[in-house]
Amino acid sequence: MTKVLIEKFKFLEHTADIKFKAFGNSIKEVFENSALALFRVFYDKKVEEKKAYKIKVKGNDLESLLYNFLEEFLVLFDSKNFLPFRIKNLELNEKKFKISAVVVGDELSNYNAHVHVKAITYSGMFVKKQKNNWVSQVLVDV
Amino acid sequence: MFKMYKERLIKIEKNIYELPKEEGMKVPGRVFFSEKMIKEIEEDSLKQIRNVAMLPGILKYSIGLADMHVGYGFPIGGVAVFDLDKGIISPGGVGYDINCSVRLLRTNLTKADILKKQKEVLDALDRKIPSGVGRGSKFNMNRSELNRILEGGAKYLVEKGYGMKEDYLHTEEEGQMKDAKASKVSDIAIRRGIGQLGTLGAGNHFLEVLFVEDIFNSEIAKVFGLKKNQAVIMIHCGSRGLGHQIASDYIKKMEKEYGFEKLPDRELINAPIKSQLGKDYYEAMCCAVNFAFANKQLITHWIRETMKEMFPKISIDVVYDICHNIAKFEEHFIDGKKQKVCVHRKGATRSFGPGREEIPKAYRDVGQPVLIPGTMGTASYVLVGTKKAEELTFGSTVHGAGRVMSRSSALRKIRGEDTKKQLNKKGIEIKAGSWKSLGEESPEVYKDIEEVVKIVDELGISKKIARLRPLAVVKG
Repeated sequence: MTKVLIEKFKFLEHTADIKFKAFGNSIKEVFENSALALFRVFYDKKVEEKKAYKIKVKGNDLESLLYNFLEEFLVLFDSKNFLPFRIKNLELNEKKFKISAVVVGDELSNYNAHVHVKAITYSGMFVKKQKNNWVSQVLVDV
Repeated sequence: MFKMYKERLIKIEKNIYELPKEEGMKVPGRVFFSEKMIKEIEEDSLKQIRNVAMLPGILKYSIGLADMHVGYGFPIGGVAVFDLDKGIISPGGVGYDINCSVRLLRTNLTKADILKKQKEVLDALDRKIPSGVGRGSKFNMNRSELNRILEGGAKYLVEKGYGMKEDYLHTEEEGQMKDAKASKVSDIAIRRGIGQLGTLGAGNHFLEVLFVEDIFNSEIAKVFGLKKNQAVIMIHCGSRGLGHQIASDYIKKMEKEYGFEKLPDRELINAPIKSQLGKDYYEAMCCAVNFAFANKQLITHWIRETMKEMFPKISIDVVYDICHNIAKFEEHFIDGKKQKVCVHRKGATRSFGPGREEIPKAYRDVGQPVLIPGTMGTASYVLVGTKKAEELTFGSTVHGAGRVMSRSSALRKIRGEDTKKQLNKKGIEIKAGSWKSLGEESPEVYKDIEEVVKIVDELGISKKIARLRPLAVVKG
């Protein structure tokens, strides 16, 4: 069977904050694409791949796993001045709700990023399988 | 058949609508909108009013003020009050930007003084006060110093030499929530916040030099130290990454302890006020509140240093400093009986009338100053708190204009470059973190501040004292 190419993510209308849906052929891909959507919120152009951080997170269900996964990038953003761009080596344990990955990007001060994301929220959040594809929805507080 | 929430609203009197109690709601909803604005009320924000009305121990009404719009869990522009025995405290009812707040400074300069050096003033403030995404603080501190700030707030910084006693006395809670316990703040929250004290941040945060364009009540304006054509300065910012992480940390803890399965929205997670976790959250939240007070205190100190270089004889005093996103214990009359309750204000301002002990002595006879920032190109207002607010809205009023256009459609429709040109035409100088952030916060994405202020003034939940017009804006 040929793999169908689908769009990675799309932004939805929300009055005050930023809402997006991400898609994937697999659960791994939907997590990765959710992260890419968040990175796009931070900055919408190319970021040099000069720095890398290894991250490991746990959750109690798919939504809390996604929340905690995405929150890692806010913590790196604020505490390490790190602007993420790409995810590498993503490993996801669906049963134990665990993720490990490497995130690559660059020093934030080298870019004119325009949005500071305050928090990931649970408002309307989901991660689920629809027919053969995975889809997530996230609202971030900006 | 399902009936839209908007269609269920019943007009009680001018500017007051009720969302009647239905299954699951413990109290009705109340929204304070004009007839003109009620037509455009967001369906989802009314659903959120309903959801909040379902929470345990809520008293009287789930309230939406004239600037209400959809938030996460609780709406923005919402007020909810809970019984101390049966009620809950909710991080989502406070918001992630704990104590996002506004401080107004008065100067002995006039509009004409500023106009002579308008660009110079803007450039100097922009250089001195870090704003925008990822511009860190110039204030270095270690963890034990940060802990003292978390527990001591603006008061601690003043004692260290960063200001005057009147600065914190003219701040809500006198610049320090005394229940703060730094031990309740996580290591991650500390890491996110330690490099950010004295920074504006991005989004809707700003620093503005304005002038008093109009006075509506000269007696009270005099008490607030305001007169026509006087130059004033407004600071809008919050508790930065530290406050955001505290909210997130306690949402997770509460989910683990109580589960979220029965909630109408996962963001409404909460803990009983009396529970250990409820107390822990409150004490951590107080740390974020203090951090935000200290943040503005440090910015005030830098503003004084910067302005003194250009205007050697300048004096700058704090008019007042008010909180937007906060939970507090206050006394209110519930069905004619005085009761201590837990008030959640999310995108709402306290608006106490004359006599309340919480108000600084200098203002106690007239009521507290209420500061309502407009948008970049429009007016901001100073109002005064009232007894009527204590009757209708648990001593609360609006916090700003409230957004009407999403950031994504703003980006499609508005170019930051055009926003700058428009503002320049009106005589306003501006510096922004990026063109994009300027376009996203352009005046047309907000409700009309004049209409919002008119409603609260007509309702009497705060009364107009002065209108301010911007001259120079530093935008995050």
